[in-house]
Amino acid sequence: MTLNQLSLDQQAVLMLAAMVLFTAFAMLAQRNLFTIISIFAWQGLLLALTTVLVANISDQSHLYFSALLTAALKAFFIPWLLRRLVAQLGLTREAEPAFNITVILLIAAALVVFSYYIVLPVEALATDLTRNTIAVGLAVLLLGMLMLITRRKAINQVIGFMTMENGLFFTAVAATYGMPMVVELGIAFDVLVAAVLFGVFFFHIRSSIDSLDVDRLNRLSEEEK
Amino acid sequence: MTAALWALVQAGLFVAAAPLLLGWVKWLKCLLQNRAAPPLRQPYRDLARLFRKQPVLAKNASWLFRFTPYGVFGATVAAAALVPLLTLATPGAQLGDIIVLVGLLALGRTFTALAGMDIGTAFGGMGASREMAVSAFTEPAMLMAIFTLTMTAASTNLASAITHILEQGFILRPSFTFALLGLMMVAVAETSRIPVDNPATHLELTMLHEAMVLEYSGRHLALLDWAAHIKFMIFAVLIIDLFLPWGIAADLSAGTMAIAIAALLLKLTMLAITLVAAETVLAKMRLFRVPEYLNLAFLLSLLGLLSHVILEVA
Repeated sequence: MTLNQLSLDQQAVLMLAAMVLFTAFAMLAQRNLFTIISIFAWQGLLLALTTVLVANISDQSHLYFSALLTAALKAFFIPWLLRRLVAQLGLTREAEPAFNITVILLIAAALVVFSYYIVLPVEALATDLTRNTIAVGLAVLLLGMLMLITRRKAINQVIGFMTMENGLFFTAVAATYGMPMVVELGIAFDVLVAAVLFGVFFFHIRSSIDSLDVDRLNRLSEEEK
Repeated sequence: MTAALWALVQAGLFVAAAPLLLGWVKWLKCLLQNRAAPPLRQPYRDLARLFRKQPVLAKNASWLFRFTPYGVFGATVAAAALVPLLTLATPGAQLGDIIVLVGLLALGRTFTALAGMDIGTAFGGMGASREMAVSAFTEPAMLMAIFTLTMTAASTNLASAITHILEQGFILRPSFTFALLGLMMVAVAETSRIPVDNPATHLELTMLHEAMVLEYSGRHLALLDWAAHIKFMIFAVLIIDLFLPWGIAADLSAGTMAIAIAALLLKLTMLAITLVAAETVLAKMRLFRVPEYLNLAFLLSLLGLLSHVILEVA
Protein backbone atom coordinates (compact mmCIF):
# COMPACT_ATOMS: atom_id res chain seq x y z
CA MET A 1 0.00 0.00 0.00
CA THR A 2 1.23 3.48 -0.74
CA LEU A 3 -0.14 6.84 0.19
CA ASN A 4 -1.43 7.29 -3.37
CA GLN A 5 -4.23 4.84 -2.75
CA LEU A 6 -5.58 6.69 0.26
CA SER A 7 -8.17 9.42 0.04
CA LEU A 8 -7.26 12.87 1.29
CA ASP A 9 -9.27 12.21 4.46
CA GLN A 10 -7.28 9.08 5.19
CA GLN A 11 -4.03 10.90 4.51
CA ALA A 12 -5.19 13.53 6.96
CA VAL A 13 -5.81 10.84 9.61
CA LEU A 14 -2.21 9.65 9.19
CA MET A 15 -1.06 13.27 9.41
CA LEU A 16 -3.02 13.76 12.63
CA ALA A 17 -1.58 10.51 13.99
CA ALA A 18 1.91 11.89 13.48
CA MET A 19 0.92 15.16 15.12
CA VAL A 20 -0.55 13.37 18.16
CA LEU A 21 2.75 11.53 18.46
CA PHE A 22 4.57 14.85 18.26
CA THR A 23 2.49 16.33 21.09
CA ALA A 24 3.40 13.34 23.25
CA PHE A 25 7.08 14.03 22.53
CA ALA A 26 6.65 17.75 23.14
CA MET A 27 5.14 17.07 26.56
CA LEU A 28 8.13 14.97 27.51
CA ALA A 29 10.49 17.72 26.38
CA GLN A 30 8.80 20.50 28.31
CA ARG A 31 9.64 21.69 31.80
CA ASN A 32 7.06 24.43 32.22
CA LEU A 33 3.85 23.08 33.72
CA PHE A 34 1.54 25.52 31.94
CA THR A 35 3.07 24.67 28.58
CA ILE A 36 2.61 20.98 29.27
CA ILE A 37 -1.07 21.56 30.00
CA SER A 38 -1.45 23.57 26.78
CA ILE A 39 0.16 20.79 24.77
CA PHE A 40 -2.17 18.34 26.46
CA ALA A 41 -5.12 20.47 25.37
CA TRP A 42 -3.81 20.50 21.81
CA GLN A 43 -3.53 16.74 21.92
CA GLY A 44 -7.16 16.55 22.94
CA LEU A 45 -8.13 18.82 20.07
CA LEU A 46 -6.16 16.67 17.60
CA LEU A 47 -7.93 13.59 18.96
CA ALA A 48 -11.30 15.23 18.42
CA LEU A 49 -10.30 16.20 14.87
CA THR A 50 -9.22 12.63 14.15
CA THR A 51 -12.54 11.38 15.45
CA VAL A 52 -14.43 13.77 13.15
CA LEU A 53 -12.40 12.64 10.16
CA VAL A 54 -12.85 8.96 11.00
CA ALA A 55 -16.58 9.55 11.45
CA ASN A 56 -16.60 11.13 8.01
CA ILE A 57 -14.69 8.24 6.43
CA SER A 58 -16.61 5.43 8.10
CA ASP A 59 -20.09 7.01 8.11
CA GLN A 60 -20.60 6.29 11.78
CA SER A 61 -22.61 9.15 13.13
CA HIS A 62 -22.10 8.31 16.79
CA LEU A 63 -18.44 9.20 16.35
CA TYR A 64 -19.41 12.84 15.83
CA PHE A 65 -20.89 12.82 19.30
CA SER A 66 -17.76 11.18 20.62
CA ALA A 67 -15.65 13.86 18.93
CA LEU A 68 -17.71 16.58 20.56
CA LEU A 69 -17.32 14.94 23.94
CA THR A 70 -13.55 14.58 23.44
CA ALA A 71 -13.14 18.20 22.42
CA ALA A 72 -15.21 19.47 25.32
CA LEU A 73 -13.52 17.31 27.94
CA LYS A 74 -9.93 16.86 26.83
CA ALA A 75 -9.32 20.07 24.95
CA PHE A 76 -11.15 22.47 27.23
CA PHE A 77 -12.53 21.24 30.53
CA ILE A 78 -9.68 19.10 31.90
CA PRO A 79 -6.94 21.54 30.83
CA TRP A 80 -8.95 24.34 32.42
CA LEU A 81 -9.32 22.31 35.60
CA LEU A 82 -5.60 21.52 35.68
CA ARG A 83 -4.63 25.15 35.06
CA ARG A 84 -6.86 26.25 37.88
CA LEU A 85 -5.34 23.64 40.17
CA VAL A 86 -1.82 24.71 39.27
CA ALA A 87 -2.68 28.31 39.99
CA GLN A 88 -4.34 27.41 43.30
CA LEU A 89 -1.41 25.27 44.37
CA GLY A 90 1.00 28.00 43.39
CA LEU A 91 3.08 25.82 41.09
CA THR A 92 3.58 28.41 38.38
CA ARG A 93 7.15 27.57 37.63
CA GLU A 94 8.49 24.11 38.08
CA ALA A 95 12.07 23.21 37.53
CA GLU A 96 12.19 19.47 37.49
CA PRO A 97 15.64 18.09 36.86
CA ALA A 98 14.72 14.52 37.76
CA PHE A 99 16.18 13.11 34.54
CA ASN A 100 18.06 14.53 31.63
CA ILE A 101 15.44 15.55 29.06
CA THR A 102 17.61 14.56 26.10
CA VAL A 103 17.99 11.05 27.51
CA ILE A 104 14.24 10.83 28.06
CA LEU A 105 13.61 11.87 24.45
CA LEU A 106 16.01 9.23 23.18
CA ILE A 107 14.23 6.61 25.27
CA ALA A 108 10.96 7.90 23.83
CA ALA A 109 12.23 7.48 20.27
CA ALA A 110 13.31 3.94 21.14
CA LEU A 111 9.83 3.26 22.55
CA VAL A 112 8.28 4.36 19.26
CA VAL A 113 10.45 1.91 17.35
CA PHE A 114 9.62 -0.78 19.91
CA SER A 115 5.87 -0.25 19.56
CA TYR A 116 6.19 -0.33 15.78
CA TYR A 117 7.96 -3.67 16.04
CA ILE A 118 5.36 -5.06 18.46
CA VAL A 119 2.44 -4.01 16.31
CA LEU A 120 3.73 -5.45 13.03
CA PRO A 121 1.96 -8.84 13.41
CA VAL A 122 -1.26 -7.12 14.48
CA GLU A 123 -1.15 -4.92 11.42
CA ALA A 124 -0.72 -7.94 9.20
CA LEU A 125 -4.14 -9.16 10.34
CA ALA A 126 -5.94 -5.82 10.08
CA THR A 127 -7.54 -4.82 6.82
CA ASP A 128 -8.56 -1.18 7.01
CA LEU A 129 -6.34 1.39 5.37
CA THR A 130 -5.43 3.36 8.46
CA ARG A 131 -4.19 0.33 10.40
CA ASN A 132 -0.71 1.85 10.59
CA THR A 133 -1.99 4.15 13.28
CA ILE A 134 -2.11 1.27 15.80
CA ALA A 135 1.63 1.65 16.30
CA VAL A 136 1.21 5.36 16.93
CA GLY A 137 -1.54 4.73 19.46
CA LEU A 138 0.62 2.23 21.31
CA ALA A 139 3.57 4.62 21.17
CA VAL A 140 1.52 7.44 22.69
CA LEU A 141 0.44 5.05 25.42
CA LEU A 142 4.05 4.12 26.18
CA LEU A 143 5.16 7.75 26.08
CA GLY A 144 2.44 8.61 28.59
CA MET A 145 3.77 5.82 30.77
CA LEU A 146 7.30 7.18 30.36
CA MET A 147 6.06 10.55 31.55
CA LEU A 148 4.39 8.87 34.50
CA ILE A 149 7.69 7.21 35.42
CA THR A 150 10.14 10.04 34.87
CA ARG A 151 8.24 12.94 36.39
CA ARG A 152 8.19 13.46 40.09
CA LYS A 153 5.43 15.98 40.58
CA ALA A 154 1.92 14.60 40.95
CA ILE A 155 0.35 16.92 38.36
CA ASN A 156 2.78 15.82 35.68
CA GLN A 157 2.02 12.22 36.51
CA VAL A 158 -1.68 12.86 36.12
CA ILE A 159 -1.04 14.37 32.70
CA GLY A 160 1.05 11.33 31.81
CA PHE A 161 -1.84 9.13 32.87
CA MET A 162 -4.28 11.12 30.74
CA THR A 163 -1.87 10.87 27.81
CA MET A 164 -1.97 7.09 28.15
CA GLU A 165 -5.76 7.27 27.98
CA ASN A 166 -5.47 9.47 24.90
CA GLY A 167 -3.28 6.85 23.26
CA LEU A 168 -5.86 4.15 23.94
CA PHE A 169 -8.67 6.33 22.66
CA PHE A 170 -6.71 7.20 19.54
CA THR A 171 -6.08 3.52 18.79
CA ALA A 172 -9.75 2.72 19.28
CA VAL A 173 -10.88 5.50 16.97
CA ALA A 174 -8.30 5.37 14.20
CA ALA A 175 -7.77 1.64 13.98
CA THR A 176 -11.19 0.17 14.73
CA TYR A 177 -13.51 3.10 14.02
CA GLY A 178 -14.47 3.65 17.62
CA MET A 179 -15.91 1.65 20.46
CA PRO A 180 -19.61 1.15 21.23
CA MET A 181 -21.21 4.32 22.45
CA VAL A 182 -21.82 2.99 25.95
CA VAL A 183 -18.15 2.20 26.44
CA GLU A 184 -17.09 5.60 25.14
CA LEU A 185 -19.50 7.41 27.43
CA GLY A 186 -18.27 5.36 30.36
CA ILE A 187 -14.61 6.14 29.63
CA ALA A 188 -15.27 9.82 29.14
CA PHE A 189 -17.09 9.94 32.44
CA ASP A 190 -14.29 7.99 34.14
CA VAL A 191 -11.68 10.42 32.88
CA LEU A 192 -13.74 13.34 34.06
CA VAL A 193 -14.18 11.87 37.52
CA ALA A 194 -10.49 10.94 37.65
CA ALA A 195 -9.52 14.53 36.86
CA VAL A 196 -11.72 15.88 39.63
CA LEU A 197 -10.54 13.25 42.13
CA PHE A 198 -6.90 13.92 41.30
CA GLY A 199 -7.55 17.55 42.03
CA VAL A 200 -8.81 16.67 45.49
CA PHE A 201 -5.86 14.35 46.03
CA PHE A 202 -3.35 17.05 45.13
CA PHE A 203 -4.57 19.09 48.06
CA HIS A 204 -4.47 16.10 50.37
CA ILE A 205 -0.96 15.12 49.30
CA ARG A 206 0.25 18.63 49.74
CA SER A 207 -1.35 19.13 53.12
CA SER A 208 0.19 15.91 54.45
CA ILE A 209 3.73 16.19 53.04
CA ASP A 210 3.98 19.91 52.17
CA SER A 211 4.90 19.11 48.58
CA LEU A 212 3.62 17.48 45.43
CA ASP A 213 6.85 15.56 45.00
CA VAL A 214 5.61 11.99 45.22
CA ASP A 215 9.07 10.64 46.02
CA ARG A 216 8.55 11.98 49.49
CA LEU A 217 5.62 9.66 49.98
CA ASN A 218 8.15 6.83 50.18
CA ARG A 219 9.75 8.12 53.33
CA LEU A 220 8.53 6.63 56.52
CA SER A 221 9.90 9.07 59.02
CA GLU A 222 9.31 12.78 58.97
CA GLU A 223 12.90 13.74 59.59
CA GLU A 224 15.35 14.08 56.74
CA LYS A 225 18.01 11.40 56.82
CA MET B 1 25.06 22.38 -25.60
CA THR B 2 22.21 24.68 -24.68
CA ALA B 3 21.62 22.56 -21.62
CA ALA B 4 25.20 23.09 -20.46
CA LEU B 5 24.79 26.79 -21.11
CA TRP B 6 21.64 26.83 -19.02
CA ALA B 7 23.48 25.07 -16.22
CA LEU B 8 26.09 27.83 -16.22
CA VAL B 9 23.41 30.53 -16.39
CA GLN B 10 21.57 28.89 -13.52
CA ALA B 11 24.65 28.71 -11.31
CA GLY B 12 25.64 32.27 -12.24
CA LEU B 13 22.18 33.54 -11.47
CA PHE B 14 22.27 31.74 -8.14
CA VAL B 15 25.53 33.39 -7.13
CA ALA B 16 24.53 36.80 -8.44
CA ALA B 17 21.05 36.85 -6.93
CA ALA B 18 22.05 35.72 -3.44
CA PRO B 19 22.87 39.23 -2.12
CA LEU B 20 19.61 40.47 -3.61
CA LEU B 21 17.66 37.89 -1.62
CA LEU B 22 19.44 38.96 1.55
CA GLY B 23 18.79 42.61 0.77
CA TRP B 24 15.17 41.87 0.18
CA VAL B 25 14.80 39.96 3.45
CA LYS B 26 16.37 42.90 5.24
CA TRP B 27 14.08 45.33 3.44
CA LEU B 28 11.05 43.29 4.42
CA LYS B 29 12.20 43.07 8.02
CA CYS B 30 12.66 46.83 8.22
CA LEU B 31 9.20 47.30 6.76
CA LEU B 32 7.71 45.03 9.40
CA GLN B 33 9.55 46.80 12.21
CA ASN B 34 8.67 50.32 11.07
CA ARG B 35 12.24 51.24 10.25
CA ALA B 36 13.64 53.01 7.20
CA ALA B 37 14.84 50.21 4.94
CA PRO B 38 18.17 50.24 3.10
CA PRO B 39 17.82 50.04 -0.69
CA LEU B 40 17.68 46.57 -2.21
CA ARG B 41 21.09 46.97 -3.81
CA GLN B 42 22.76 47.70 -0.45
CA PRO B 43 24.39 44.24 -0.14
CA TYR B 44 25.93 44.72 -3.61
CA ARG B 45 27.25 48.14 -2.61
CA ASP B 46 28.74 46.68 0.55
CA LEU B 47 30.42 43.92 -1.42
CA ALA B 48 31.73 46.39 -4.03
CA ARG B 49 33.13 48.64 -1.32
CA LEU B 50 34.88 45.74 0.38
CA PHE B 51 36.31 44.52 -2.93
CA ARG B 52 37.85 47.96 -3.55
CA LYS B 53 39.51 48.07 -0.14
CA GLN B 54 42.94 46.70 0.60
CA PRO B 55 42.88 43.65 2.88
CA VAL B 56 44.84 43.94 6.11
CA LEU B 57 46.56 40.81 7.36
CA ALA B 58 47.92 40.07 10.80
CA LYS B 59 51.66 39.46 10.95
CA ASN B 60 51.32 35.86 11.98
CA ALA B 61 48.64 34.99 9.44
CA SER B 62 49.51 31.77 7.65
CA TRP B 63 48.61 30.71 4.11
CA LEU B 64 45.50 29.11 5.55
CA PHE B 65 44.15 32.48 6.58
CA ARG B 66 44.65 33.89 3.08
CA PHE B 67 43.33 30.81 1.35
CA THR B 68 40.16 30.43 3.45
CA PRO B 69 38.03 33.11 1.74
CA TYR B 70 38.69 31.54 -1.65
CA GLY B 71 38.19 28.01 -0.33
CA VAL B 72 34.92 28.91 1.38
CA PHE B 73 33.64 30.84 -1.61
CA GLY B 74 34.60 28.05 -3.98
CA ALA B 75 32.96 25.34 -1.87
CA THR B 76 29.80 27.40 -1.49
CA VAL B 77 29.56 28.21 -5.20
CA ALA B 78 30.07 24.52 -6.00
CA ALA B 79 27.29 23.67 -3.57
CA ALA B 80 25.06 26.31 -5.18
CA ALA B 81 25.69 24.81 -8.61
CA LEU B 82 24.30 21.47 -7.36
CA VAL B 83 20.94 22.89 -6.33
CA PRO B 84 18.41 23.17 -9.17
CA LEU B 85 17.21 26.76 -9.17
CA LEU B 86 15.02 26.88 -12.26
CA THR B 87 15.35 23.65 -14.19
CA LEU B 88 16.05 19.98 -13.64
CA ALA B 89 17.17 19.38 -17.20
CA THR B 90 20.81 20.40 -16.89
CA PRO B 91 23.69 17.96 -17.36
CA GLY B 92 25.00 18.77 -13.88
CA ALA B 93 21.77 17.49 -12.32
CA GLN B 94 23.20 13.97 -12.20
CA LEU B 95 25.94 15.24 -9.89
CA GLY B 96 23.53 16.97 -7.54
CA ASP B 97 23.69 14.60 -4.62
CA ILE B 98 22.34 15.93 -1.33
CA ILE B 99 25.06 14.31 0.75
CA VAL B 100 27.70 15.96 -1.44
CA LEU B 101 25.92 19.24 -0.84
CA VAL B 102 26.07 18.80 2.93
CA GLY B 103 29.73 17.80 2.59
CA LEU B 104 30.61 20.91 0.59
CA LEU B 105 28.97 23.12 3.18
CA ALA B 106 30.89 21.28 5.91
CA LEU B 107 34.12 21.86 3.97
CA GLY B 108 33.46 25.60 3.93
CA ARG B 109 32.75 25.54 7.64
CA THR B 110 35.96 23.64 8.39
CA PHE B 111 38.00 26.30 6.64
CA THR B 112 36.22 29.15 8.42
CA ALA B 113 36.77 27.51 11.79
CA LEU B 114 40.46 26.84 11.10
CA ALA B 115 41.00 30.40 9.90
CA GLY B 116 39.24 31.69 12.98
CA MET B 117 41.87 29.99 15.12
CA ASP B 118 44.77 30.78 12.78
CA ILE B 119 45.46 34.31 13.98
CA GLY B 120 45.30 33.31 17.60
CA THR B 121 42.89 35.95 18.83
CA ALA B 122 40.43 35.04 21.55
CA PHE B 123 37.35 35.82 19.48
CA GLY B 124 38.37 33.68 16.55
CA GLY B 125 38.93 30.63 18.72
CA MET B 126 35.73 31.20 20.65
CA GLY B 127 33.72 31.64 17.48
CA ALA B 128 35.27 28.52 15.96
CA SER B 129 34.48 26.41 19.00
CA ARG B 130 30.90 27.68 19.09
CA GLU B 131 30.42 27.12 15.38
CA MET B 132 31.68 23.56 15.68
CA ALA B 133 29.46 22.91 18.71
CA VAL B 134 26.43 24.15 16.80
CA SER B 135 27.31 22.20 13.68
CA ALA B 136 27.65 19.01 15.72
CA PHE B 137 23.94 19.41 16.41
CA THR B 138 22.79 20.73 13.05
CA GLU B 139 24.39 18.15 10.80
CA PRO B 140 22.64 15.06 12.23
CA ALA B 141 19.33 16.91 12.21
CA MET B 142 19.81 18.05 8.64
CA LEU B 143 20.90 14.64 7.41
CA MET B 144 17.99 12.99 9.22
CA ALA B 145 15.52 15.36 7.51
CA ILE B 146 17.16 14.71 4.17
CA PHE B 147 17.15 10.95 4.67
CA THR B 148 13.40 11.14 5.30
CA LEU B 149 12.97 12.68 1.87
CA THR B 150 15.38 10.41 0.12
CA MET B 151 13.72 7.33 1.60
CA THR B 152 10.47 8.43 -0.01
CA ALA B 153 12.13 9.16 -3.32
CA ALA B 154 14.57 6.23 -3.08
CA SER B 155 17.43 8.43 -4.27
CA THR B 156 19.84 10.92 -2.78
CA ASN B 157 20.08 12.71 -6.08
CA LEU B 158 18.34 16.06 -5.86
CA ALA B 159 16.96 16.12 -9.38
CA SER B 160 15.56 12.59 -9.28
CA ALA B 161 14.12 13.13 -5.80
CA ILE B 162 12.34 16.25 -7.02
CA THR B 163 11.10 14.45 -10.14
CA HIS B 164 9.74 11.66 -7.95
CA ILE B 165 7.90 14.13 -5.69
CA LEU B 166 6.47 15.91 -8.74
CA GLU B 167 5.27 12.65 -10.27
CA GLN B 168 3.47 11.64 -7.09
CA GLY B 169 1.41 14.81 -7.07
CA PHE B 170 0.10 16.37 -3.92
CA ILE B 171 0.06 13.92 -1.02
CA LEU B 172 -0.33 14.83 2.62
CA ARG B 173 2.78 13.28 4.11
CA PRO B 174 3.39 13.46 7.86
CA SER B 175 7.07 12.72 7.31
CA PHE B 176 7.52 15.67 4.96
CA THR B 177 5.84 18.03 7.38
CA PHE B 178 8.21 17.08 10.17
CA ALA B 179 11.23 17.07 7.89
CA LEU B 180 10.26 20.52 6.64
CA LEU B 181 10.01 21.90 10.17
CA GLY B 182 13.28 20.27 11.16
CA LEU B 183 15.09 21.50 8.09
CA MET B 184 13.78 25.03 8.57
CA MET B 185 15.07 25.10 12.13
CA VAL B 186 18.42 23.77 10.96
CA ALA B 187 18.53 26.35 8.17
CA VAL B 188 18.01 29.14 10.66
CA ALA B 189 20.93 27.88 12.74
CA GLU B 190 23.19 27.21 9.76
CA THR B 191 22.68 30.60 8.17
CA SER B 192 23.21 32.32 11.54
CA ARG B 193 19.85 34.05 11.77
CA ILE B 194 17.73 34.87 14.81
CA PRO B 195 17.09 33.11 17.21
CA VAL B 196 20.42 31.25 17.04
CA ASP B 197 22.67 34.09 15.96
CA ASN B 198 22.10 37.69 15.01
CA PRO B 199 23.71 38.64 11.72
CA ALA B 200 23.37 42.35 12.41
CA THR B 201 25.43 42.65 15.58
CA HIS B 202 29.03 42.28 16.63
CA LEU B 203 28.33 41.76 20.30
CA GLU B 204 31.14 39.56 21.52
CA LEU B 205 29.09 37.58 24.02
CA THR B 206 26.67 36.24 21.50
CA MET B 207 28.18 36.14 18.06
CA LEU B 208 28.93 32.88 16.32
CA HIS B 209 29.75 33.36 12.68
CA GLU B 210 30.91 36.96 12.98
CA ALA B 211 33.44 36.04 15.66
CA MET B 212 35.33 33.78 13.28
CA VAL B 213 35.59 36.28 10.46
CA LEU B 214 36.32 39.24 12.71
CA GLU B 215 39.94 39.51 11.53
CA TYR B 216 39.07 39.62 7.86
CA SER B 217 38.96 42.78 5.79
CA GLY B 218 38.85 43.96 2.21
CA ARG B 219 38.24 41.47 -0.55
CA HIS B 220 38.66 38.53 1.83
CA LEU B 221 35.74 39.73 3.91
CA ALA B 222 33.74 40.44 0.75
CA LEU B 223 34.19 36.85 -0.41
CA LEU B 224 33.23 35.46 2.99
CA ASP B 225 30.15 37.68 3.17
CA TRP B 226 29.14 36.74 -0.33
CA ALA B 227 29.59 33.04 0.53
CA ALA B 228 27.32 33.55 3.55
CA HIS B 229 24.70 35.11 1.27
CA ILE B 230 24.94 32.20 -1.13
CA LYS B 231 24.63 29.74 1.73
CA PHE B 232 21.45 31.46 2.85
CA MET B 233 20.06 31.18 -0.66
CA ILE B 234 21.10 27.51 -0.91
CA PHE B 235 19.01 26.67 2.14
CA ALA B 236 16.05 28.71 0.90
CA VAL B 237 16.10 27.12 -2.55
CA LEU B 238 16.73 23.65 -1.12
CA ILE B 239 13.66 23.88 1.12
CA ILE B 240 11.59 25.15 -1.81
CA ASP B 241 12.90 22.49 -4.18
CA LEU B 242 12.22 19.61 -1.85
CA PHE B 243 8.94 20.58 -0.28
CA LEU B 244 7.26 22.81 -2.86
CA PRO B 245 8.79 21.72 -6.16
CA TRP B 246 5.76 22.60 -8.25
CA GLY B 247 6.61 24.95 -11.09
CA ILE B 248 10.26 23.97 -11.54
CA ALA B 249 11.06 23.48 -15.24
CA ALA B 250 11.48 19.90 -16.43
CA ASP B 251 12.71 20.97 -19.87
CA LEU B 252 14.33 24.05 -21.35
CA SER B 253 11.57 25.63 -23.44
CA ALA B 254 10.92 29.33 -22.94
CA GLY B 255 7.40 28.82 -21.60
CA THR B 256 8.30 26.44 -18.77
CA MET B 257 11.30 28.60 -17.89
CA ALA B 258 9.07 31.66 -17.53
CA ILE B 259 6.74 29.67 -15.27
CA ALA B 260 9.74 28.42 -13.28
CA ILE B 261 11.02 31.96 -12.73
CA ALA B 262 7.61 33.21 -11.65
CA ALA B 263 7.09 30.22 -9.35
CA LEU B 264 10.54 30.64 -7.83
CA LEU B 265 9.94 34.32 -7.10
CA LEU B 266 6.57 33.57 -5.54
CA LYS B 267 7.93 30.76 -3.38
CA LEU B 268 10.98 32.74 -2.26
CA THR B 269 8.64 35.59 -1.33
CA MET B 270 6.52 33.28 0.78
CA LEU B 271 9.55 31.78 2.49
CA ALA B 272 11.08 35.19 3.17
CA ILE B 273 7.85 36.46 4.69
CA THR B 274 7.74 33.42 6.98
CA LEU B 275 11.35 33.95 8.01
CA VAL B 276 10.94 37.67 8.60
CA ALA B 277 7.77 37.19 10.62
CA ALA B 278 9.52 34.58 12.77
CA GLU B 279 12.55 36.80 13.26
CA THR B 280 10.40 39.75 14.26
CA VAL B 281 8.46 37.75 16.83
CA LEU B 282 11.39 35.85 18.33
CA ALA B 283 14.30 37.17 20.33
CA LYS B 284 17.78 35.79 20.11
CA MET B 285 18.13 32.96 22.57
CA ARG B 286 20.91 32.43 25.03
CA LEU B 287 23.81 30.48 23.62
CA PHE B 288 23.28 27.68 26.13
CA ARG B 289 19.72 27.20 24.94
CA VAL B 290 20.87 26.62 21.35
CA PRO B 291 21.52 22.88 21.90
CA GLU B 292 17.94 22.52 23.17
CA TYR B 293 16.63 24.28 20.09
CA LEU B 294 18.68 22.06 17.83
CA ASN B 295 17.66 18.97 19.79
CA LEU B 296 14.09 19.88 18.93
CA ALA B 297 15.10 20.14 15.27
CA PHE B 298 16.71 16.73 15.52
CA LEU B 299 13.63 15.33 17.23
CA LEU B 300 11.39 16.67 14.47
CA SER B 301 13.57 15.15 11.79
CA LEU B 302 13.67 11.86 13.67
CA LEU B 303 9.88 11.88 13.99
CA GLY B 304 9.73 12.51 10.25
CA LEU B 305 11.83 9.42 9.68
CA LEU B 306 9.79 7.34 12.13
CA SER B 307 6.46 8.44 10.74
CA HIS B 308 7.71 7.60 7.27
CA VAL B 309 8.51 4.08 8.37
CA ILE B 310 5.45 3.57 10.55
CA LEU B 311 2.72 5.36 8.67
CA GLU B 312 3.73 5.52 5.04
CA VAL B 313 5.60 2.41 4.03
CA ALA B 314 3.63 -0.57 5.27
